[in-house]
Amino acid sequence: MVDQPDIHNDDWNGVIDNPWRRLRQFTAARIGLGRSGVSLPTKEMLEFQLAHAQARDAVHTPLDFPALTQQLETLAEQYPLLSDEPPLKLHSEAVDRMTYLQRPDLGRRLDEASRVLLQQEQQTPEQPFDLALVIADGLSATAIAHNAVPFIQALCEELQADKQPWKLAPITLVEQGRVAVGDDVGELLNAKTVLVLIGERPGLSSPDSLGLYLTWAPVRGLTDARRNCISNVRPEGLNFSEAAHKAGYLLRESRRLQLSGVQLKDRSGSLTGPADSLSESTAQAATIDHQPDFPDEHTTIKPASSPAAETKNFLLG
Amino acid sequence: MHKAYRYSLGSKTYEFRNLADLMARATPARSGDRLAGVIARSAEERAVAQMALAEVPLKNFLNEVLIPYEQDEVTRLIIDEHDALAFAPISHFTVGDFRNWLLSDLASSDMLASIRNGITPEMAAAVSKIMRNQDLILVAQKCRVITAFRSTIGLPKRLATRLQPNHPTDDMNGIAASILDGLLYGSGDAVIGINPATDNVAQATRLMKLMDEVISKYEIPTQSCVLTHVTNTLECIEQGAPVDLVFQSIGGTEATNSSFGFNLATLAEAEQAALSLQRGTVGNNVMYFETGQGSALSANAHHGLDQQTCETRAYAVARKFNPLLVNTVVGFIGPEYLFDGKEIIRAGLEDHFCAKLLGLPMGCDVCYTNHAEADQNDMDNLLTLLGTAGCSFVMGIPGSDDIMLNYQTTSFHDALYARRVLGLGPSPEFEAWLEKMQIMSNAAGACLNDALPPAFAASLKTLPAGNSASEVSNG
Repeated sequence: MVDQPDIHNDDWNGVIDNPWRRLRQFTAARIGLGRSGVSLPTKEMLEFQLAHAQARDAVHTPLDFPALTQQLETLAEQYPLLSDEPPLKLHSEAVDRMTYLQRPDLGRRLDEASRVLLQQEQQTPEQPFDLALVIADGLSATAIAHNAVPFIQALCEELQADKQPWKLAPITLVEQGRVAVGDDVGELLNAKTVLVLIGERPGLSSPDSLGLYLTWAPVRGLTDARRNCISNVRPEGLNFSEAAHKAGYLLRESRRLQLSGVQLKDRSGSLTGPADSLSESTAQAATIDHQPDFPDEHTTIKPASSPAAETKNFLLG
Repeated sequence: MHKAYRYSLGSKTYEFRNLADLMARATPARSGDRLAGVIARSAEERAVAQMALAEVPLKNFLNEVLIPYEQDEVTRLIIDEHDALAFAPISHFTVGDFRNWLLSDLASSDMLASIRNGITPEMAAAVSKIMRNQDLILVAQKCRVITAFRSTIGLPKRLATRLQPNHPTDDMNGIAASILDGLLYGSGDAVIGINPATDNVAQATRLMKLMDEVISKYEIPTQSCVLTHVTNTLECIEQGAPVDLVFQSIGGTEATNSSFGFNLATLAEAEQAALSLQRGTVGNNVMYFETGQGSALSANAHHGLDQQTCETRAYAVARKFNPLLVNTVVGFIGPEYLFDGKEIIRAGLEDHFCAKLLGLPMGCDVCYTNHAEADQNDMDNLLTLLGTAGCSFVMGIPGSDDIMLNYQTTSFHDALYARRVLGLGPSPEFEAWLEKMQIMSNAAGACLNDALPPAFAASLKTLPAGNSASEVSNG
């Protein structure tokens, strides 16, 4: 039996700390939280609620489209590669967020007004665009607000350095959009490739992950097997220059091979990894793959890191 | 194809195209059935469908299959394996009679066990649709399903946990850190089960070896599992990896399972391969299955059935292969299938009830994603209800936050809450181990020791003392 603690002592907070909390050097998991009885201590319980609140806000806060438009117009002044036409604001068939969450099929299609708008934009088939960039709010407006413009800037750097010219369609912004809505946009704009930037399903520790989905020859009705995905684009995950490097590689390869999806493999290597990692290393496979089994944003976020070396494990002594 | 069902209410006659249509319209509301277009068109239609369903004889489910026998191997499994002798005592019932009988004192634990092979998934699904939540809890609690490998799962007044130490890059020390955290909170008697971030044979083998060494070194009466595709695990076994349990996600139609890349023959081969290793000590249940409402629809393989009926058909697949563990991943799939806490709670209770009635060692991943209208309070409710219903096991994860799969499930703390408030212990072998290792002073009462247990203190000493901040390295 333990002695009864003095609860009037100023040091007593009712919490039994876990000395193994220092193992957090190995993981972002919420280990060593301590306990009050067998329950979560107050501080840890409230911190969890804050993280959940931020993830919820990421899902439900509407994207500030005017602010985004303004940032993109500023960026276009800096990069002649970008179309000098202002971004086009579009909407899916999901009329509001509640509909969007329950009817993924509607989020995958442009509404009639948007289709009409794009038909006015359409180029003649003799002059197709090489690339259409589509920004969709997806499941995290926070991801778009934080990460879409810096990523596009990094992508411009990447494409400017390419030997072949890239003719870009006006950027489109889709409200209540899912990944496949890019197929509608690409088809109507007559773009050879579409790259969709979309807010991924927020995790508790990652409310602002941006996903990138590339599709060659977009038309309505394609399955996810025809797409390539780059996930977890954000400063704490796959950073902008690495993401742009990977996207640039996939765009060039897709253009050269005239395909995308299962048959298009990422062998871009890593900017920061060892020099000999230009093969499909574990880390590459973990950060980028086509994911035919995952509908839309239900992708598992797999941050980049070098493969763990086979070192001695502390638990095995 | 089959006859229509009709029900008159006053001057109005409701008509349901066939048994599948009647089942779907009778299902408590959920977003996935709305998405599939099979949901009741009004609250009245749902209530009427439930009345009509209550009048359907159980025998009809043997004669009016919902997916044609010729088209679907799950239907063939259900029909070919049906035990007419076990069915005899309930064969004269309607669905409504069946509910009354299940709730009655005649339906003892022994009686329920004796008829389970006479119940088809569709009969279980049908009766669940006319049961309230308390009915689902009461009857499930009477069902006893006991399985074993190195620990025993499903004994009365026990609640086991799967320790789920996932890491976004499979960092071995990161995974070990979560395993240690779980063990020191008394978690892991159902299985230590990892969802690998990198899904291939080499990676699965590395993870299996890590868990095998930890289990051996600390002599833990539990089993390990890497939740990789069944064909990967088969390859691991061929290469001599230490495989305890074979995992597979399963669905209730052949087309769903094809989209998952396996068929019944694959599972049979896997069970035999794992049995041949003879790694169990107190039992030989070597399979671990996960299910979840909505998987068939998301694979576009639901044949117009409602999602709960599809889910229950998956239990026919599971029970063919004598699993140690089965769990529904109830809130993982997202709000287009189960919209909010109310729908997730209902589905969790249905899945648990139907599986137990059919004889499965059913647990539940009590969980939600951040785009569902649900929160920790909903999970507290479902955990408490399932603990009351005699759920075999739940998940355990550090602080409810799965940093690899990006969803929230029950924590190590949550399981101890449930054990304490409901008076449930861990599996008996694990209970003895927790006390021997001085992790708990009284495992039956969920009393943790304040001091760090000596065996684990020794392992922690091997780490450099510095770097103690809560900073995270990149492995």
